[in-house]
Amino acid sequence: MARCYVSTRKGLFTLERGGGGWAMARASFVGDNVTLAMPDPRNGDLFAALNHGHFGIKLHRSRDGGATWTEIAAPKYPEKPEGYKPKMPVEGVPVVDWSLKLIWALEPGGTNEPGVIWCGTLPGGLFKSDDSGQSWAINRPLWDDPRREQWFGGGADQPGIHSICVDPRDAKHVKIGVSCGGVWTTKDGGQTWDLTAKGMRANFMPPEKQYEQNVQDPHMVAQCKANPEVLWVQHHNGIFKSEDGAATWREITDVQPSTFGFAVAVHPKNPDIAWFVPGTSDEKRCPTDGRVVVTRTRDGGKNFETITRGLPQQHAYDLVYRHALDVDDQGRTLIFGSTTGSLWVSEDSGDSWQALSSHLPPVYAVKFEKARH
Amino acid sequence: MSLFMPSVRFTRNIQRHVECPTRDVDGATLGEVLHAYFSTNERARGYVLDDEGKLRKHMAAFIDGQQIDDREKLTDAVPEGAVVDIVQSLSGG
Repeated sequence: MARCYVSTRKGLFTLERGGGGWAMARASFVGDNVTLAMPDPRNGDLFAALNHGHFGIKLHRSRDGGATWTEIAAPKYPEKPEGYKPKMPVEGVPVVDWSLKLIWALEPGGTNEPGVIWCGTLPGGLFKSDDSGQSWAINRPLWDDPRREQWFGGGADQPGIHSICVDPRDAKHVKIGVSCGGVWTTKDGGQTWDLTAKGMRANFMPPEKQYEQNVQDPHMVAQCKANPEVLWVQHHNGIFKSEDGAATWREITDVQPSTFGFAVAVHPKNPDIAWFVPGTSDEKRCPTDGRVVVTRTRDGGKNFETITRGLPQQHAYDLVYRHALDVDDQGRTLIFGSTTGSLWVSEDSGDSWQALSSHLPPVYAVKFEKARH
Repeated sequence: MSLFMPSVRFTRNIQRHVECPTRDVDGATLGEVLHAYFSTNERARGYVLDDEGKLRKHMAAFIDGQQIDDREKLTDAVPEGAVVDIVQSLSGG
């Protein structure tokens, strides 16, 4: 049965596709702030990241599809060296506390790496577990890279890693997206890293710094499973695409009603098809003219459709966060959730949409359970 | 070990996540007292202290009703027989 996990400000909700359509099957952690969930297609483990505010960031794992949960280790930052003084980032405040503020990305390693999980965090940490989350180690080469200290917060006070793309052809080949710090690539499992944001443009910076790679704010990076050379990015100031495995990026500008937004999904089998849920602009983070729309390209970004069927077209102020849009492994079913607790599903690759709820807590993330492999 | 060990009490709100019964533990500073408590309840440590061992930003600690001074190194003295309260600041949302 198809499942989708919806992480919200007040709990984790499991949707199931039965004979009558999609329906809520379970509510977990009701009342708690669940920021992310990750089903591991390799062994059926289910992970939930919680932000308890006062009590910190916790990670839980279920081995029975969400019926029962056990708290497991959360990533822990290393000890600061004696006398350490942080350098000033490009803007904002330096990372003074080496302490976990948010789990912002969870991604299974390769099919040939059972137990490997990658985790992106605020402030600016990339962690790896080799034992399905029992223990974590920070990726030192990235953390110790002097360019990492230049990263700065976009929206949050501190920088963070929100996107992790593990290449299906070679699990040592991993890309991450950093707000704000561009896109980074390792080809050796994290021993060495290259900054790979050439061509991205940051119009929030002074003119002479707009093309610097380490200041870019890719809100979300999505890699095509069937053609991993193709990556789509919803960036702070537009849509970018790479066709050469992130070596270079091209900006796509002519999209109505807007190229601003957070979420992007790419068809798992066809790199030319991608979906976005736009907001108006940086300074107006809600749908244009109160109309919720999905923009879709089916020709690699040459043309975009603005899809409205089944979506509210007046006085809707839903914003869709970066992890709150997902596509299933057939590229047919999509779900997205909003800050005002609405949830929509499409079962025709985005042609039309149906509301599943309009009174959930604010939605942070949706994630389909992918077929086990 | 002193005859009159300090006692540590925790806010009700934390009990929902991790059980923290009131216990008498040995120690002459807040750091020593908490370390003694967490040594037999390791999971609770991360709910009260951050990765650097500081008191979490929105937690507060009182020793016999007095707010502590040192939230980072937890060096406040804990007299024999004192009561240590670990509570949370109020917030909404």
